[in-house]
Amino acid sequence: MSRQATSTDGHNIDRDRLVDLYRTMRRIRAFEEAAEKASITGQVGGAVHLSIGQEAIAAGVCANLRQTDQITTTHRGHGHCIAKGTDPGAMMLELFGKEGGTCGGKGGSMHIADFEVGMLGANGVVAAGLPIAVGAAHGAKLMGEDRVVVCFFGDGAINRGPFMEALNWATVFKLSVLFVCEQNGFASTTHSDAVTGGGGANARAESLGLEAHTVDGNDVAAVDALVADLIPRIRGGSGPMFLSANTYRLKGHTSMDPALYRDQDQAAAQWDVDPLIRAADELRRLGLADSDLAAIDSAATGEMSRVSEAADAADTPALEHAFADIQDVGAPVWEAQS
Amino acid sequence: MSTMSIISYQEAARQAVAEEMRRDKRVWALGEDLGRGGVFGQYKGLVEEFGPERIADTPISEATIMGASVGAALVGTRPVVEMRFADFALCAVDEMVNQAAKARFMFGGQARVPMVIRQPSGMWRSSAAQHSQSLEAWYTHIPGLVVAAPYTPADNKGLLKSAIRCDDPVIYIEHKANWDLEGEVPDDDDYLVPLGPARLAREGADITLVTWSKMVGEAEQAALLAAEQGIDIEIIDLRTLWPWDQEMVFASVAKTKRLMVVHEAVQVGGFGAEIAATVAEHMAHVLVAPIRRLGAPRAPISYAKPLEDLLRITPEKIVALASEQMAV
Ligand SMILES: Cc1ncc(C[n+]2csc(CCOP(=O)(O)OP(=O)(O)O)c2C)c(N)n1
Ligand SMILES: [Mg+2]
Repeated sequence: MSRQATSTDGHNIDRDRLVDLYRTMRRIRAFEEAAEKASITGQVGGAVHLSIGQEAIAAGVCANLRQTDQITTTHRGHGHCIAKGTDPGAMMLELFGKEGGTCGGKGGSMHIADFEVGMLGANGVVAAGLPIAVGAAHGAKLMGEDRVVVCFFGDGAINRGPFMEALNWATVFKLSVLFVCEQNGFASTTHSDAVTGGGGANARAESLGLEAHTVDGNDVAAVDALVADLIPRIRGGSGPMFLSANTYRLKGHTSMDPALYRDQDQAAAQWDVDPLIRAADELRRLGLADSDLAAIDSAATGEMSRVSEAADAADTPALEHAFADIQDVGAPVWEAQS
Repeated sequence: MSTMSIISYQEAARQAVAEEMRRDKRVWALGEDLGRGGVFGQYKGLVEEFGPERIADTPISEATIMGASVGAALVGTRPVVEMRFADFALCAVDEMVNQAAKARFMFGGQARVPMVIRQPSGMWRSSAAQHSQSLEAWYTHIPGLVVAAPYTPADNKGLLKSAIRCDDPVIYIEHKANWDLEGEVPDDDDYLVPLGPARLAREGADITLVTWSKMVGEAEQAALLAAEQGIDIEIIDLRTLWPWDQEMVFASVAKTKRLMVVHEAVQVGGFGAEIAATVAEHMAHVLVAPIRRLGAPRAPISYAKPLEDLLRITPEKIVALASEQMAV
């Protein structure tokens, strides 16, 4: 059942659509670079897992979703949020731990959520998003809604038990879920291959009854084309599907990780197949002027440096929020400290 | 005036689920073997009335039973999660503690996680170390969770209904040895017992005994035995462990000036320690005897009956402790 998507290589993608995809990717890249900078300066405190190099997956998948469709993501989820429509300003405030952040500054990078656009939460626990995505789809089925839920996770997550449980569950209940495995080659400092037995993600998915696909996750047009085919089928009641997107984590595991544990020449060579460079080349072939590309780039960089500056200047949350939104029954009582 | 029926603890819970499912289309139940009524029969007849979508038979996938319930709750349904045995909830701790209990807070209040996590607990029919535990104290430690542990059939109906209507994740601890316990239960569809307030199970003048779940029964027997020795025990059935009814406990201790806390769970790190410490912090000056706790020894529960019985909290052990308290 496994199918290799044919690379579209400029033959049949609409230029305007590719421009939109490129813009999304460029905005994600600019956000990540701004976050990286703020992390290094210490303005952003907690761990920041950058999706630099993986933007094509977020952009190509989410371009095919409705706002009412939902996603769950991981610790490395900024790109998915932006592609699903979350405001980068609110995201950056969240990273800075400021008032006005997506979660009021109480979640940080690993817990960004934006229910209004169907972004049901990043997660600090590897593979924890799979059962939650499956449950969101189960809820949609019970309520008779035709939403699709996309679950993003890494190649490291396939070795946790909830991966098997969630895929099996999605098959058993015939749920409208697209599982997207971002195969970036690493789980933290470990080569994913070195700790993964058998035929890997797709073989596991197929053994659990899911139709499984593979795509070049650095080719945004290919991701877009394949997902454009899968989502309507899923929405139409096909049951869950699985997509492995091959990519590469261009940066370290976190913003602080120089990733010296990997072959430095190989890692450097990956910058040549950076999905942004590939999309830009494609756009040039389709006749887009360099100046148009440069305008998209500078708009994205400008937007993200503005959100960083705004986040830096914003206020920290009022202290009583530490005790808010815990529970209705038996919540702690906030007493203002003098 | 609402009428009463004499029904079992199990039937009371079954009625609670059925009534809440009739009342609110968003409520559904999921777990292993529910289609045949659940392992203890707590869901008997429900699939016939509500169908297999709302009384869902799941794979043996505790992590995903719990995790999918979190997802389904986040998008607006109200799952009743059946864990079969409390011991198996340990296969779903991340989903309970890191996901269900945290989502509302971490996401800045964007969503609620209305789910009830039913955990049949306690010693029952020689079930040994992996099917007998009482782990309620763990959950009281987790911000975001509500913890209930009813003893009477009426409370098992009224509290379960409140738990299903609550927007918080509620750990709902039913004692397996209580399934057949009968008692008067209001027939009223809107009979609710609020989460939080305790129940004064017996009035007494000499010692305040705080307990919950099946130990309320042991405490009541102990009170009868103690009365023969002239000791008058007041029994508070806590029913909800988080939040717990400090007001009732404090008022009782102010009257009796003595406190003992009794639970089936291991004494070390048990929830009795929290109650004892809280009373000591606030009321040491009124106490005429040291606070005493009675819980199980810190040993896994044995299979062989005489060994299992060694760990059991009995009315005799409670009376012995009461006499010691009175002797101070
Ligand atoms: C259950 C759990 N175990 C370990 C970790 C620590 N951890 C965070 S990210 C990560 C690697 C995950 O790799 P992968 O799933 O491939 O995602 P990637 O980081 O490559 O995007 C690890 C081990 C965790 N957060 N949760
Ligand atoms: Mg990885």
